[in-house]
Amino acid sequence: MIQTQDLSKRFDNFLAVDGVTLELGAGQVLALLGPNGAGKTTTVRMLTSILRPTSGWARVAGWDVATHPAQVRAAVGVLTEQHGLYGRMRGDDYLDFFGQVYGLTTQRRHQRTQQLLDQFGLAQDGQRRIAEYSKGMRQKLALARALLHEPPVLLLDEPSSAMDPESAHLVRDAIRDLRSAERAIVICSHNLAEAEELADQIAIIRRGRIIARGSPEALKESLLGPLEFELRLGTVTNGSRPPLPPAVEITAFGADWLRFRTLDPLRDNPEVLRALLAHGLPVVSLQEVPRSLEEVYLRAIAAPAAEELPHAG
Amino acid sequence: MLDSLRLAWIITRREVSDQLRDWRIILPVLLLTIFFPGLMNFTAGQITGFVESYNAPLIGDRLIPFLLMIVGFFPISVSLVIALESFVGEKERHSIEPLLSSPLSDGQLYLGKLAAAVIPPLLASYLGITVYLIGVFLDVGWRPTSILLLQIVLLTTVQAVLMVSGAVVVSSQTTSVRAANLLASFIIIPMALLIQGESVVMFWGSYSSLWWIIAGLAVIAGLLVRTGLAHFNREELLGRELDSLNLRWSWRVFSQQFRGGARSLRGWYQAQVFPAARRLGIPAAMMLLALAAGLLVGASQARVFPLPLEMLSLNSLDDGFVEGLELLNLFSPLGVGTVWLHNLRAILLATVLGIFSFGVLSVLVLMLPFMIVGYLAAGVASAGTSPGLFLLAFIAPHGMLEIPALALAGAAILRIGATLAAPAEHMTIGEAWLRAVADWAKILLGLVLPLLLGAAAIEVLLTPRLAVLLLGN
Repeated sequence: MIQTQDLSKRFDNFLAVDGVTLELGAGQVLALLGPNGAGKTTTVRMLTSILRPTSGWARVAGWDVATHPAQVRAAVGVLTEQHGLYGRMRGDDYLDFFGQVYGLTTQRRHQRTQQLLDQFGLAQDGQRRIAEYSKGMRQKLALARALLHEPPVLLLDEPSSAMDPESAHLVRDAIRDLRSAERAIVICSHNLAEAEELADQIAIIRRGRIIARGSPEALKESLLGPLEFELRLGTVTNGSRPPLPPAVEITAFGADWLRFRTLDPLRDNPEVLRALLAHGLPVVSLQEVPRSLEEVYLRAIAAPAAEELPHAG
Repeated sequence: MLDSLRLAWIITRREVSDQLRDWRIILPVLLLTIFFPGLMNFTAGQITGFVESYNAPLIGDRLIPFLLMIVGFFPISVSLVIALESFVGEKERHSIEPLLSSPLSDGQLYLGKLAAAVIPPLLASYLGITVYLIGVFLDVGWRPTSILLLQIVLLTTVQAVLMVSGAVVVSSQTTSVRAANLLASFIIIPMALLIQGESVVMFWGSYSSLWWIIAGLAVIAGLLVRTGLAHFNREELLGRELDSLNLRWSWRVFSQQFRGGARSLRGWYQAQVFPAARRLGIPAAMMLLALAAGLLVGASQARVFPLPLEMLSLNSLDDGFVEGLELLNLFSPLGVGTVWLHNLRAILLATVLGIFSFGVLSVLVLMLPFMIVGYLAAGVASAGTSPGLFLLAFIAPHGMLEIPALALAGAAILRIGATLAAPAEHMTIGEAWLRAVADWAKILLGLVLPLLLGAAAIEVLLTPRLAVLLLGN
């Protein structure tokens, strides 16, 4: 659905996007993460055929963004960072207007408008002026606009920002539903928990370059190292280092707990338990230490520019 | 095509609905549509009565059509405000990106917004004209001829399209509404001058001249629409954040185009001036045709506005004519300089007007002396002198240098205008414009000024004597 190869964009002397290569199939969700000014919006604008790549190429829904801009735009639904609604229009009129722009028939426009207003809990507010909407309602309306023509590719910039937890949950559910509908979705977000929850693939962009890419799990492994486990002991030790198999690396320990890393938990964890029990140290619990995408992100962003980070499958 | 226009119409309809919900637009339009024509009716009634009491009804007769034109113009001035913020205003409110991300083409977006800025003020203007005409008919029983009414309606329409197309160009090329408002002077000042010119025409009562004005404005409006479409660029609209004037870069581009790598005057002529002149072949040929057309137009007017035959008789042309000119100190370097400076001033005026009108007004300015020559040639012909001989004696000697000079100058100005209407590939509008200005400067300094100097010398020192020789007793 989305393919880019060495996609770059230069504004005068500023290289905003530098050799971005991505591939995203139907039914997949890619979260594009990065600090402000990293090149996320420029990348999305190139995928929408608003900006022309300086070099490299991109295909969206099978169309080249440089040579078939109208087809690309017809195949894409965009939620822009600033939703930019027309305050004097009514919500339903607004959707109807964009329905016309996207060439939907009158009947289809009416049907989709009602469907989307219902879906996002705006059915009661469709006839109110958009200027009277709350920030979250505007965000939902903008998202409805992006979905109106049922595009095969969705580019969503901060889809749940400014929303209350319930609305944000509603939007996340909607995005999950859309994924199952065989769409490719790109989410640009600063909400790392949301990105982790929704995305199959993560791409971290810094100064225009993709510095890390892969599934959340693969990125965690490649950037944060092997899985880490925590053990709670049923007794208090004398503070000496617990005896564990050599393949296991102890990362921290206390009187009644310890943390260790292993490359092969299936093989090593039973060995660890056996070794502790053999030394009369009963185990109360053993669990994986949760690792957030935030750690991955901070590690990737903090890495020196020259350092080549892994692109994990 | 129809489908394409339908999509543009969707944009227009939305924007017009939006304007109708905005009291800041509706209120002035209503005032200008209803209150202002009423005020003009009152003014017309008062002045007509006043001037009649002094036995000068002509002033009242001319004032009523003049006010009709003004009543038509005032509501369309609102269109400038709407058009100026059409693109850049949406950019500031961040509502432009969803539109730019839609499958609408650049042309559909552009024309949709253009029509949205033109239609409401124009309808208000027609309504204002109607209100004024009803009032003035009821007050003083005046009715315009159908031709005059058509002229005023067309004039109002082309003025609205002209202003709006200029303002939309500004709006799509600036980064903020504030910058667009500042640049609006480039529209307001020429429009103010235009209205003054039209006022003269209306008070003069030469309503047939309005056709020329309408045609000229329609051409400029068409060029502006084309310019706007040619330069409309989604990327520039979204990507540019600052309007910056880079004087160092501008000077570099200009001097590079002006001097090239020339190290001597001869090298400059060979590498820069002559190639630039050769590039002006087509516009120079167009200029020559325009100058010839000026000659014919002037000749045709000789029948409409004939001069007394005794004024046109060349029988009295003898040595006394030359002696009279000598007494005026014409045959001197000062005389040559005066003629040369006069021609130079005309060219500079043509350039300034040409910059504001894609070269259209510069062509008209340069045509003017040819109209006069045509008028005089036709006049002397009616007085029994061969027009060919007249042209040979009075025009040909210095015309051999002056006509190519004018054609080249006019062509260079036309090219400056053309760079705006038809953008060059691989170049920004600014760079193409600066290069065209540098070419104009090369042509002016390298060819036009020397040719005009030679022409002035011949015109002062040789032409009068040759005229006496060929046409004198």
